Amino acid sequence: MLTALLPESLLVVTALVVLGLGVSMPRARTMSTVITLLGGFAAAAVLLVFPIDGNFLHGMVVLDPIARIFKLVILALGLAAAVFASESFPENHFAESLALILFGTVGMMLLTGTEDLLMIFLSLELTSIPLYVLAAFNKTSRASAEAGLKYFLIGSVSAAFLLYGLSLIYGVTGSTNLLAISKAAADPLLTAGIVLTLAGFAFKVAAVPFQLWAPDVYEGAPTAAAALVASGSKVAGIFILVKLLTAGLGHWSGAAGWGQFLPGWAPVLALMAAASILLGNITALVQSNVKRLLAYSAIAHGGYLLLGLTSARTETVSAVLFYVIVYALTTAGAFGVVAIVEKQNGGSRLDDFNGLAKSSPGLALCLLVFFISLAGIPPLAGFFGKFYLFSAALENPSMLWLVILAIAMNAVSLYYYLIVLKHAFVLPACGNIPSAGSPASRALVAALALAVLALGLAPNLLLGHLTQTGPVKVASLKTGN
Amino acid sequence: MILTATFLSAFAGAGLILLLPERSASLARWIALLAALAGLGFATSAFLHFDNAGPHFQFLTNIPWIPQLGISFSTGADGISLVMLVLTGLIAVTGVLFSWNVTHRTRAFFAFFLTIIGGVYGVFQSFDLFLLFVFYEIVIIPKYFLIAAWGSTNREYGAMKLTMYSVAGSALVLLVMVAAYAASGAHSFDLFTLADPTKAHFAPGFQAWAFPVMFLGFAVLAGIWPLHTWAPTGHVAAPTAVSMLLAGVVMKLGSYSALRVAMTIFPAGLDQWRLPIAILATAGIVLGALVALAQKDLKFTVGYSSIAHMGFVLLGLMTLNLSGLGGSVLQMFSHGIIGGLLFAVVGRMIYDRTHTRDIAELGSMNLTKALPFAAFTFTVASVASMGLPGFSGFIAEFTILKGSWTSLPWLLVPTGIGVVITVAFTLRALQRTFFPAGESSAPAHPLDPITLPEKLGAVILMAATLAVGLFPSVLLDPILRSFQSPLMHQLLK
Repeated sequence: MLTALLPESLLVVTALVVLGLGVSMPRARTMSTVITLLGGFAAAAVLLVFPIDGNFLHGMVVLDPIARIFKLVILALGLAAAVFASESFPENHFAESLALILFGTVGMMLLTGTEDLLMIFLSLELTSIPLYVLAAFNKTSRASAEAGLKYFLIGSVSAAFLLYGLSLIYGVTGSTNLLAISKAAADPLLTAGIVLTLAGFAFKVAAVPFQLWAPDVYEGAPTAAAALVASGSKVAGIFILVKLLTAGLGHWSGAAGWGQFLPGWAPVLALMAAASILLGNITALVQSNVKRLLAYSAIAHGGYLLLGLTSARTETVSAVLFYVIVYALTTAGAFGVVAIVEKQNGGSRLDDFNGLAKSSPGLALCLLVFFISLAGIPPLAGFFGKFYLFSAALENPSMLWLVILAIAMNAVSLYYYLIVLKHAFVLPACGNIPSAGSPASRALVAALALAVLALGLAPNLLLGHLTQTGPVKVASLKTGN
Repeated sequence: MILTATFLSAFAGAGLILLLPERSASLARWIALLAALAGLGFATSAFLHFDNAGPHFQFLTNIPWIPQLGISFSTGADGISLVMLVLTGLIAVTGVLFSWNVTHRTRAFFAFFLTIIGGVYGVFQSFDLFLLFVFYEIVIIPKYFLIAAWGSTNREYGAMKLTMYSVAGSALVLLVMVAAYAASGAHSFDLFTLADPTKAHFAPGFQAWAFPVMFLGFAVLAGIWPLHTWAPTGHVAAPTAVSMLLAGVVMKLGSYSALRVAMTIFPAGLDQWRLPIAILATAGIVLGALVALAQKDLKFTVGYSSIAHMGFVLLGLMTLNLSGLGGSVLQMFSHGIIGGLLFAVVGRMIYDRTHTRDIAELGSMNLTKALPFAAFTFTVASVASMGLPGFSGFIAEFTILKGSWTSLPWLLVPTGIGVVITVAFTLRALQRTFFPAGESSAPAHPLDPITLPEKLGAVILMAATLAVGLFPSVLLDPILRSFQSPLMHQLLK
């Protein structure tokens, strides 16, 4: 049991050490980053070297190969945020920001390894609270304070929704365990519980109509914090949503085919997906701040993910999982570039990217890779992710309406990604800007770009792991339709 | 392997150029030229080694790529592919030659240029739909940057318009691809499998919408009327080498893929939509030529002429007989060469020196004296473009007309009118630019003489159109034979 939680425990210990270091030697910022990374690598090593599968504490902690992949991915994203922290967090209290990133990462990792409603809620809160603080971390910036407050207020309301929904589900089924819930009989109250739960999760993935916080938080929060919100938090949220819907609530999916809606979670997701894809892509067209643009793009990508979930079959589940990992790696990289540019030019408006190809060609090339991948252009991973997601969704032919919408809006999305790239590659720089960014951040951005390219050229590297074993218990369960 | 080497050499060239230190423009040029020559060499050698009596598809490579979705890296070539590959090689080499004077961010220019070339090579040899689409899409983004950063008139607008049209077309194709994958049940993207009704069955109701959507998606790139407006704007905004690429090979990606994919895997849909598409193609011939007749800008004239000539390609595809289909592929080659040549003269030889493309203004410059070689080349290209016997344009368009005589005879009336207008606008542009009425009293402007790379490029393209015009069977024989293959012969009615 203890070894099952060893990686998380290691991270908590690291966080405490970093906190202590921050109090005793507040100037040793590089050292705290190094300790954070070492702790993270140790946790990753434990995950890789001692793979433990099993069900502990009656489903409170459940480990399997897929969950382990997600823990590794989340860990990597958390460490990425820790590396980018040196570009975007204020110099005083730097160690605290690293400790908060670690605590948030622990929450996300716990979230991927459970099949119990209580544990889901607790882990979600453990994820959210450090993120609220991180968003508001830049005390001298009004935007950061606004971001933190908005994130906290809307987040608390959504947590209330979620808790209410989960308690209804518990009330009807008499259990907090997903497997037990899946065997319960149908009940109208359960539908209410499911809808409230979905509302709570919709906040996590910033799906319309629960997206309002995203643009302000992405824009105002320190960029490394925004990176974690956009990547790690989304991966964990989608993963547990997949698990909840397929392993726990698989019988109540309903249907979202054109003209044949049946009550359940599928039509709710389909409507949210359609609204997110439309609103996210269209609003992104007119943004002049790249972080805000990434927020609307995140809303749109949240929509694609929900689209994949609506038909909830084995293929779509692995497609959704593949897509969310690729999306998170790409977004983390994009935020890394933004963090470096922000430090270099003092802002993240489109004009701050002018002439990037001239001042730092390598960084510009990475930006190209990330944005083109987000736009779904081959040979990058984003393309295969979308392709797999859409073709898997069409295993249920009545979902064609949503796929048509998604493909059409995806073509539109290239416009705003190209606008950013135009500023970087075509327009001349305003002045002669020295390139900034620590070597670690630059190396990490390059590594993420390579990963996006590699996963596009050889999706098997990841896909093999996601399909071989079948997603969690999902494959073994008869789901939906 | 010799086929894969074509796009590998292009991509390797692009990568190598990116690794060069900042101030190595001339080295970048030479690497680009070498990579382009290598590609042309591989393509030509494959063409020469192709056994015309052997199997229909040769040089086959098939490696599982993403087995979970039945995707494989499957390349090969028949006569059609080889003709297009050789065309790509010729346009790549001459494109580099006509870009020899690019001094602004030379490395990036040639890296993007070679990326497009690599993608185009890839499309013409892919026999897996997914792989084909990957190569098809690789071409989109470099086009944008090349036009937006190195272009001229209204370049950012032209680049974005062209890109959005391309990506809209790709979206249509992508939609049908994923829908077809789910509908076929064959768990494969292999073209031979998808085109085989015993392995992948597409219900007529499915084909009825899937075919037109996919065909139009590809045909956007081929400049089908009325979705052609990206082409003139894009051509005019683009730097010379990119206009050459667009007219020379990128538009052919659309018509080639429409033929290779949409028409072969959805035969029932093709039957249903054949006439409407043939009518659109004819409209492209007539209206493209009419609009070209009214242009004041020389590059716009050439841009609209591309629409008219690509109309012939699409019309040939819809004849569904050997002559029309074969002529259509030959026209892709022929227009690739002639269109490339016209854009090279207008963009590089004339505009780079005079900084105007206004026909009236050019007419006052006494260009025949100032740039005799440009005048000569433009005359040859115009004559070839009009379809004078002896040049490739004649044999290609004649074969298409012969094909439509048997299957779509009533469309020959408007097409004939289109041919006449084509002659009219070509002669008009030629005469007003180089041989204006009345004595051109203006002194010959001191223009830079035509450089060696330009002469070399022009000679290569003129030789190609003349050679194909005189010995059409060199290309036509392998093309016609390719339509007997199991994949293509079902098109013949």
